[in-house]
Amino acid sequence: MNSRETILAALRATNTAPVPSPRHPTPVRQGDPVVRFLESVKVVGGQSYRVPDAAALAAAVASLPVWSSPRRASLVPDLPGGTVDLEAIVDPHELADLDVSAIPGELGVAENGAVWVKGETLRPHRAVFVIPEHLILVVRAQDIVNDMQEAYGRITLPRPGYGLFISGPSKTADIEQSLVIGAHGARSCAVFVVG
Amino acid sequence: MIHDHPRKAEAFTRDDERAHWHDKALWFVRVKRDRGAATVPEWEALRTAAEGIKVHTLSRLPDYLEEFERNATRNGIQVHWARDGAEHNRIVHGILERHGVTRMVKSKSMLTEECHLNPYLEGRGIEVVDTDLGERIVQLAGEPPSHIVMPAIHRKKEEIGELFHEKLGTPRGLSDPTVLTEKARQHLREKFLGAQAGLTGVNFAIAETGGFVVVTNEGNADMGTTLPPVHIASMGIEKIIPRLADMGVFTRLLARSATGQPVSSYTTHFHAPLPGGELHVVIVDNGRTEMLSEAHRRKALCCIRCGACLNTCPVYRRSGGYSYSYLIPGPIGSVLGPHRDLAAHASLPFASSLCGSCTDVCPVKVDLHHQLLLLRQEVGEEKLLPLPKRVGMKVAAWAMARPGVFRAGGRFARWVLRVAPFLARIGPGAIWTKGRELPQAPRESFADLYDQEMARKPEVRP
Repeated sequence: MNSRETILAALRATNTAPVPSPRHPTPVRQGDPVVRFLESVKVVGGQSYRVPDAAALAAAVASLPVWSSPRRASLVPDLPGGTVDLEAIVDPHELADLDVSAIPGELGVAENGAVWVKGETLRPHRAVFVIPEHLILVVRAQDIVNDMQEAYGRITLPRPGYGLFISGPSKTADIEQSLVIGAHGARSCAVFVVG
Repeated sequence: MIHDHPRKAEAFTRDDERAHWHDKALWFVRVKRDRGAATVPEWEALRTAAEGIKVHTLSRLPDYLEEFERNATRNGIQVHWARDGAEHNRIVHGILERHGVTRMVKSKSMLTEECHLNPYLEGRGIEVVDTDLGERIVQLAGEPPSHIVMPAIHRKKEEIGELFHEKLGTPRGLSDPTVLTEKARQHLREKFLGAQAGLTGVNFAIAETGGFVVVTNEGNADMGTTLPPVHIASMGIEKIIPRLADMGVFTRLLARSATGQPVSSYTTHFHAPLPGGELHVVIVDNGRTEMLSEAHRRKALCCIRCGACLNTCPVYRRSGGYSYSYLIPGPIGSVLGPHRDLAAHASLPFASSLCGSCTDVCPVKVDLHHQLLLLRQEVGEEKLLPLPKRVGMKVAAWAMARPGVFRAGGRFARWVLRVAPFLARIGPGAIWTKGRELPQAPRESFADLYDQEMARKPEVRP
């Protein structure tokens, strides 16, 4: 028998009596999700802004100091101003000196400021969310959900799929519990809610 | 072996100032956990659901593992099975060898610690760089992690500055965490950019979708899996959950329990290799099935490695991670270690005050202090207790079964505390009074007061 069969046979031999699956609790709604989301992004170390439309978004992003850095990538359809053509890059290692990327999110989560970014968005290089010095995330107001349970109710992963929640900038507290922003990934994370 | 924990803890507590500092640092995290939990009104219902999902999954584990494998394979993930640590290491090495990998970056995985992967690969000419900041610190120091979430919690910033000076060539005397983190960022960037493969642990593997989730705050798992083309993920068989929707329950509990954060910075779902790359999952048993086969031990496999039981444990906080003989310290390690090898870890069930705080904070409701008590009984049954303790237990059992003797003993003890308290500081019983203030001895015992009260009100006497 190979290891797979050995392990599965040993597990079956334990004859564990099946236990039914529980129901998930229904979360208590706590206030306006958009307001809460904007607050949560700050709690997790990011900056949050609300803009009425695409034109206001472009203007607001353009006024961010990080957006004046030379190497910028934008994956947000309504956001011009990128200087790096990701499609032209073959090897993600060439993104090592990327200053900032702007990425659209599918969902925002009010309880923790997390933004769901799906794999198809991160083409052609997944690294585009973690390798730049700074990150800008854009999410529509109507796509803000209350909590993670609601978020997972909406997420569909295509086959084969990839996706992640990003909640604020990269951080660590591994040295004497002191919170330091910018461990390996983005040193700052600005989140824009449009609408 | 039975003196293992107290002996090592004695070394740790000799530096009184450091022991208090360690205690405070962890209590700080515990307080943050409480604040995080308090923001969720349905917290207790979530714990119950998380426990239920885990217990359900463990009851049908072979089915879910097969479902996971089927779906993962369809997603283009290569699934491997390893009976033990040695087989796990051989599989990982085989993959790396096939790709000619000599430099690998790794994000946190307690399983690879359990399998001793790093020395195995280093012995075969592969550079393994731990990329979580705390893990990198202990790796540079040549130490194992002293905490499962904060591996370098036992080290002071000045010591880390000295270590970086020695190993990374940074200027001498650095101690600002921001500066030190920046130095580590630059050092590890080079490692990420130079790596030919990345290895991660697995926080949750989802049977329904055939993918898995890795959670970090630093983004190190993401750096290590988006740049090199080969990604290997190591998981214990107990990491399976049935459905994607179950993640909604676990993500609400995990980070809040671990650090008090509402969620970790990066919660990444892997369901396919990088375009043109390879994704391997190694499913490891290494003694887990044996633990699963006994109902009273099964519960410990529900653990999601948040570290909350360590942060709250008065013994862990005051004795440090290195006082524990098992690689996972604190209450959960004191359960897992003896479940694996009782004789080797016989002291661990006693490294607890049985206060039950670990059980109260556990997000999946592992009955930790009950398991510790059961393990104490097993240690006793296996005759692993030292003679003085065995005799002491016999005497105590004899006295407690005889109310007259018990009361006389109590009177004697109170008399000693009043008349000659120094007697409590010498002799074999002194171990109980070391480092403690002696209590004020009352004139009467509880039993005396009870008798007096009952004599006054005979009608309430049961």
